[in-house]
Amino acid sequence: MCLAIPAKLVEYVDADRTYGKVELGGVRRQVNTSLLVGEDAAEPGDYVLVHVGFALSAISEAEANETLRILEEMGPAYTDELQQIRQSEAMELELVGPGYRKQVTEI
Amino acid sequence: MKFADEFRDADLARSLAARITAEAGDRHWKIMEVCGGHTHTIFKYGIEDLLPGNVELVHGPGCPVCVIPMGRLDDGIALAKDNDVIFTCFGDLMRVPGSDGSLLDAKAAGADVRMVYSPLDSLKIARENPDKQVVFYAIGFETTAPSTALTLLRAKAEGVRNFFVFCNHVTIIPPMKAILDSPDLRLDGFLGPGHVSTVVGVRPYEFVTRTYAKPVVVVGFEPLDILQGVHMVIRQVLEGRCEVENQYTRVVHEDGNPKALEVLAKVFKVRPHFEWRGLGFISQSALELNDDFAGFDAERVFTVPGIRVADPKSCQCGEVLKGVLKPWECKVFGTACTPETPIGTCMVSSEGACAAYYNFGRYSRARDRERVLANGEAEPAITPIAVRAG
Repeated sequence: MCLAIPAKLVEYVDADRTYGKVELGGVRRQVNTSLLVGEDAAEPGDYVLVHVGFALSAISEAEANETLRILEEMGPAYTDELQQIRQSEAMELELVGPGYRKQVTEI
Repeated sequence: MKFADEFRDADLARSLAARITAEAGDRHWKIMEVCGGHTHTIFKYGIEDLLPGNVELVHGPGCPVCVIPMGRLDDGIALAKDNDVIFTCFGDLMRVPGSDGSLLDAKAAGADVRMVYSPLDSLKIARENPDKQVVFYAIGFETTAPSTALTLLRAKAEGVRNFFVFCNHVTIIPPMKAILDSPDLRLDGFLGPGHVSTVVGVRPYEFVTRTYAKPVVVVGFEPLDILQGVHMVIRQVLEGRCEVENQYTRVVHEDGNPKALEVLAKVFKVRPHFEWRGLGFISQSALELNDDFAGFDAERVFTVPGIRVADPKSCQCGEVLKGVLKPWECKVFGTACTPETPIGTCMVSSEGACAAYYNFGRYSRARDRERVLANGEAEPAITPIAVRAG
């Protein structure tokens, strides 16, 4: 549970920027983006660290790639976390925005 | 700022280790890494093998699952056994032994226990099951607490009435203070936690430098981050400095994340005291829901046993969490207590020092043996783990 996983911010899904769509571990998922303000402000295309469904901070692409490399070497601790992310219903792309379709897009 | 390409550079790691060896001299250094993520990296990459024998890394209390005392786990299991309750928690918690079985055992016996990835999953379950009471067993340091806070703010805004939090969020500073006050352990400095600091920033550690005159270096999770952090602590001592330094500027800002701190202040208040496994009761070391969220507080809405339960006699997690014992020095390490059949929390969580040592310690030694056989070298001296692995 204590892992923070790099993800690429694809777009915000509401005007208040409370939720955003990210690419993470091979899937597109929705995360809470409320904390991405001030020094951690992020725009689509930027990388963020995701922890239990929340984007915790903005990071550089180089940092994201290096962290992913380390995580991949961790084996089960990382793959178990990814599995849980894939299964997390709250992170499906259906929660926010009028007419937002439920879809989990495999990349 | 360093470039990511350099992080895994083995030559850089070796030259850093050589500098540490040269500067450390003959003195015995004890540096505590507070965060479970660091402990994981240290064992995974064999950082201790790179360091000279007189530079000792002491593994601290920063694993959220490890520090939960058995009584609080029993409280959770009691909640889970309530027929009206859907009990939700992170996967790490499921196998932790309570005084009468684990959450997994309660689930097998018919309790509705569900593993979730995010507190938002629990909230969703609550929305979809209006006739049930959905309890989220919240654990974690300041890294995770803002997620619980934001979920509660959302539940309140939506008017969800059947979502409750059993709050076990803890804070990082009080256990550091408890360890510094303990006569059992003499430390030369700390490697400060990376992700916790993304939330709280670096200023909260200043009391360590001011009151206890010990350096703190906030570090990242890559092997070179840890080595660099160790080097920075040693340099501070040798140069007569005592400061809070930030090695992890790539991610950690000096003031942390003000928005996260704001939601923490909105939702939580500091508990007068909270019990930590192995460390006992520590004043103002944990969070509970404030009065505005009383209706979401499982402790106020439900009746929980709230009984303090002593750890199993054979278990020495407390000594391991304080850094007084090394994992393999515990009486049951690797024999009665293994990741498959854990007795204590440190063997359950992948961030616990015992699980990390068990998993990676054996692994690297197995590779050592392979190398020895391949090269015809002499068998290395028997290590404590080999003795215990029997």
